[in-house]
Amino acid sequence: MIEVTTDWYLTLASLLFSIGFIGMMIRKNALIMFMCIELMLNAVNLTFITASKHFGTIDAQVAVFFVLVVAAAEVVVGLAIIVSIFKKQETASVDILRSSKG
Amino acid sequence: MLDLILFAIPSLFVLAGALIVIFAKNPVHNSMGLVLTLASLAVVYITLNATFVAMVQMLVYAGAVMTLFLFVIMMIGVDKAEQTKEEIKGQTFLVLGTLILLGSLLAYVVINSGFKWDLWFPAVDYSIEGTPDLIASTLFTGWVFPFEVISILLIVAATAAIALAYDTKTRKDDD
Repeated sequence: MIEVTTDWYLTLASLLFSIGFIGMMIRKNALIMFMCIELMLNAVNLTFITASKHFGTIDAQVAVFFVLVVAAAEVVVGLAIIVSIFKKQETASVDILRSSKG
Repeated sequence: MLDLILFAIPSLFVLAGALIVIFAKNPVHNSMGLVLTLASLAVVYITLNATFVAMVQMLVYAGAVMTLFLFVIMMIGVDKAEQTKEEIKGQTFLVLGTLILLGSLLAYVVINSGFKWDLWFPAVDYSIEGTPDLIASTLFTGWVFPFEVISILLIVAATAAIALAYDTKTRKDDD
């Protein structure tokens, strides 16, 4: 009989965060890098909810809502920036984009 | 046994979706992989007694945020090949170095704790249920100030998105 403990959930969260980090490093398309940021944010959310179960407090679940709102705001602004850059340069590759360089 | 099944199957889908996100070539496939990850995470949340968060995850993440992603993917075109030439010299080397560094740090922590597959702090499981009324009574009593600040953040983000998308050149031509 194997019991599912808190460590299993934390392991899943760390694996998810690592996959997101690796994707952030190896992809060059700005949209896919955004998706990898979402993966990492979700790994953190999973950690929060695991802590909520582990310690028996509800505050961690409230913190997840704040992470959700920040992620939504970040996606809105980031995608608007990608679209406005794409209108000028016809590419979403982060290596080619140099318009914010001083 | 039921616990194990309820953990293992959604976890496999979470990791499979995450791998699709980083390895698929077509951006639409990437976003579908992200939907798979987010929906499976909602199942994991339900097994962790966070039912309301699971519902919000499905509605906000798998619904609204992913719609926005797909909308932008359709807008800027899916048939563009991703640039594969290295523009920054030594980037692969730097990435590999960072990954080896992080991996060795993790290995150090695991080996140092003597493979003790247990948390350092004891569990105090009151088996709370993340129902809407419990979350609301916490959010609107102890967390009111962050709640108000986050509303300002949302307004700023919405204004910024409008300001970025507003095309002054074409507007002048219309006038």
